Amino acid sequence: MKAAVVVFPGSNCDEDCFQVLKNVAKVEVQYFWHKERNLPPTDLVVLPGGFSYGDYLRTGAIARFSPAMDSVIKHAQAGRPVIGICNGFQILLEAGLLPGAMLRNESLSFICKHVYLRTETSNSPFTREIKKGTVLNLPIAHGEGNYFCGPETLKRLQEEDRIAFRYSSEKGEGTREFNPNGSVDNIAGILNEERNVLGMMPHPERASEMILSSEDGKKIWESLLG
Amino acid sequence: MGVNGRKFKADVKVALKRSVLDPQGKTILAALHSLGFNEAKDLRAGKHFEITLEGRDKVSVETRVRQFCEKLLVNPVIEHYSFEVEELER
Repeated sequence: MKAAVVVFPGSNCDEDCFQVLKNVAKVEVQYFWHKERNLPPTDLVVLPGGFSYGDYLRTGAIARFSPAMDSVIKHAQAGRPVIGICNGFQILLEAGLLPGAMLRNESLSFICKHVYLRTETSNSPFTREIKKGTVLNLPIAHGEGNYFCGPETLKRLQEEDRIAFRYSSEKGEGTREFNPNGSVDNIAGILNEERNVLGMMPHPERASEMILSSEDGKKIWESLLG
Repeated sequence: MGVNGRKFKADVKVALKRSVLDPQGKTILAALHSLGFNEAKDLRAGKHFEITLEGRDKVSVETRVRQFCEKLLVNPVIEHYSFEVEELER
């Protein structure tokens, strides 16, 4: 498998993603600078976390118009996997590759801590090696991770099994008290209709080696490797 | 001055929709109350853009500003907007 990590001005998880893909997942990986137009030959595209363009206007709103995004959108439309993590998720929302929008965290605080999430579906290239109901321990680090969508979109996400992860307790209880940021229906990650685009706020790349206290994130890379 | 000739100013206001919770607005309202401004009953925080632009006439400038909003300035999932255009000089 080959992977490309898109680098925007202000990305700050690009090197973590690169490192984990190269040394943990052991795939061929390269950076893809936001000003380039032609995506190098790749199977997976990663939109990493950070503060692209300083998060000016709205998170992801300006990155979404980077030259690189045209070929990322084409890659996604061809049915090939794209994962957006944190700011990458926000960019996918602004680009319209995923439905909904991000709001400021309900508490207005930037939240940086480990949380638990329950895997809600194995039916995606990102989660096929993770049994439904499996609880993962991954860190979040965001000020705007409060996922919002209208009731009709939410109903579709639920009915089409497109909620990939929900915030939960260590035991997998998905109640409001384990929701760190106010996201509707405890949503931590969602899939597009074709199931080849995943956006998630938690950072699997920061939890793929025990030196960082959890390697639950590895399951996502393992799923992608098939 | 460019080919379009006339100069305009657009004032664009963007705010979260009523159906969307605005924790920032709520916190600012609470701060007003803590200062004793208890007559403040509701507050929604938003953004304001002042744009200077050129155009043929007011109607065509308004059409363009609407495009600015819909393409970039506003996320219609969570926000609504309004704007006013005035001519700066002739």
